[in-house]
Amino acid sequence: MLFGTAAASAALLAAGCTSNDSDDGGENTSADQAGVADDKPGKKVTVGFAGPQADHGWLNAITQQAKARAKKYEDVTLEATEGSNDNATQIGQIETLINKKVDVLVVLPADGKALTQVGLKAMRAGIPVVNLDRIFDSAQAYRCWIGGDNYGMGLNAGRFIGEQLKDKKGAKVVELAGQDNLELTRQRTQGFDDALKNYPNIKKVARQAAEFTVESGQEKMAQLLRAQSGFDALWNHDDDQGVGAERAIKQAGRDEFLMVGGAGSKRVMETIKGDKGVLKATVLYPPTMAASAIDLARALGQGKGVGGMAEFEIPASITLYSAVVTKENVDEYLPIGFT
Amino acid sequence: MTPPTSVAPEAETPSAAKQGPAGRRIRIDVRHLSLLGVLLALVVVGAITKPDEFLATDNFRLILTQASVIGVVTVGVTFVIIGGGIDLSVGAIVALASVWATTVATQEYGLAGMLLCSLLVGLGCGLVNGLLIAYGPMVPFIATLAMLASARGLALQISDGKTQVVTVQSVLDLGVPDSYVLGVPPIVLVFLGVGVLGWLVLNRTTFGRRTVAVGGNPEASRLAGIAVKRQRLLLYLLSGLCCGIAAFLLIILTGSGQNTNGNLYELDAIAAAIIGGTLLSGGRGTILGSVLGVLVFTTITNLFALNNLQTDVQQIAKGAIIVAAVLVQKGRFTP
Repeated sequence: MLFGTAAASAALLAAGCTSNDSDDGGENTSADQAGVADDKPGKKVTVGFAGPQADHGWLNAITQQAKARAKKYEDVTLEATEGSNDNATQIGQIETLINKKVDVLVVLPADGKALTQVGLKAMRAGIPVVNLDRIFDSAQAYRCWIGGDNYGMGLNAGRFIGEQLKDKKGAKVVELAGQDNLELTRQRTQGFDDALKNYPNIKKVARQAAEFTVESGQEKMAQLLRAQSGFDALWNHDDDQGVGAERAIKQAGRDEFLMVGGAGSKRVMETIKGDKGVLKATVLYPPTMAASAIDLARALGQGKGVGGMAEFEIPASITLYSAVVTKENVDEYLPIGFT
Repeated sequence: MTPPTSVAPEAETPSAAKQGPAGRRIRIDVRHLSLLGVLLALVVVGAITKPDEFLATDNFRLILTQASVIGVVTVGVTFVIIGGGIDLSVGAIVALASVWATTVATQEYGLAGMLLCSLLVGLGCGLVNGLLIAYGPMVPFIATLAMLASARGLALQISDGKTQVVTVQSVLDLGVPDSYVLGVPPIVLVFLGVGVLGWLVLNRTTFGRRTVAVGGNPEASRLAGIAVKRQRLLLYLLSGLCCGIAAFLLIILTGSGQNTNGNLYELDAIAAAIIGGTLLSGGRGTILGSVLGVLVFTTITNLFALNNLQTDVQQIAKGAIIVAAVLVQKGRFTP
């Protein structure tokens, strides 16, 4: 857990002295430290949450993680907006939350760059912003950024595939990317390519971009399978579009390659566990980051620090690790797989 | 499977023209010819750039399979446009029907239940569209735009944003090679059936003639004794039904239902109908042209993927090809 142990101090108390009268390190091991957010009820915090439209897999899991985490705390009230993919709409929703004077904002922007201004506005209005995943253009627009590592995701997918194929001469790899108009897709591809550079025997022979939807996954994968009569590994950026991709693979009756997924859905983890078919691993992009963002928001609202670190204040930026889930470690990750 | 060009036997073209006013006969003929020309050009490009992958039975089967879902939708949309309307809600209806038919509750009823559910949802949405437009005070653009929003919203609500994976084996079986009839996937057979039926209905029935009449001149049609309102209602019902069929095909194809299904189908269908020679203002158009239009788009997508061209290039080229296709058609007739 992010806020188990201790860190905090007089400096923090000075900064957030409004009403820091509750759980001062009651259960903490180091008695001289205080003001760390823990599971005990503290000062009431209203958290405003604005995300993109939760219309499929991962984004849906983000919203659910945030809501479930907020419910867990008696002292947190979550004001969640209707998700929207339209920048203008999302800006309007965040401005409404600012006007309502919520204590802390958690924002997963539809487009980080386009929403920077409204992040700045909230910060200037004295509302700390926890920027979730898609990053704002200016560090002034958020108090803390927490998100996944898209480049690292590609890197780890590439490394995993590289290790599997390193002894194979003239190995061919195919990439089924996500939506190409998002920066994150390009970062994933960059990471993947960089990792593969370490393995001179492996060549990426084809790449097509789907749209994170099942339908597009099926379509693009069917085309890729046609274009490449034989290859050794496939990396699919997104487990949700993977439903369609796996369908296309089945329809084409192909099984000569190993497949690595992305994001980490429950369905994919169960398939990996079952070890039937081509799917052998998936690279995490954990939606639990939304739960952690609520934790961070609560700590910010209560003027407390984060456990497990020496610093008094919560960090300005937290990048999560993209672990590779395989048959060996899947049991550990199954509980956080999203549906 | 035969190459896509053979889907359009030459013999059909003159009879398709027969229904329209005499002066247009040649025009429609050549329209199809030019589309066939575009298709042929694409095949040549494919044969040169990727001879082994492109000129393969498997590939033509793939092109036809990928064309089937949007193809069925386009047939319905073509009827609506010929009848002087527009249907912007087709993509959303496909999404709603595919989601509704794949809920855990619906899946308990097996293949028949899912199929029925899909068709009924399509018809239901078509009915609402039709009533609002034919008997209510709304223009098609607004009514179907409203349906677009609500149907997608409802799809999101029902699915709760989750991908609903199909577990009914008989449905899944329809999408894999074992189910192919003489090498033709059932999905493609349905597309073929809908296409032929659509052609028959438009060209060989009173319903078809009324559709053309109502789209060409509603006032004259009314004076001629055609029940214009009822005709319009039926057209949106037909479009809804096609969406229901398409949704079921999509379920078979992807083995799942998702509320993001059918994204931008409305624009793809309208574009295919337009390059197929259907007049956006109504009163003229052919099913054959629309089917050819769909095949042109699907072949382009296939060609790009085979050559590993990326999304940005694909989109630019797609736009250019739409313009080129229309220019080729126009160039012939307005010297």
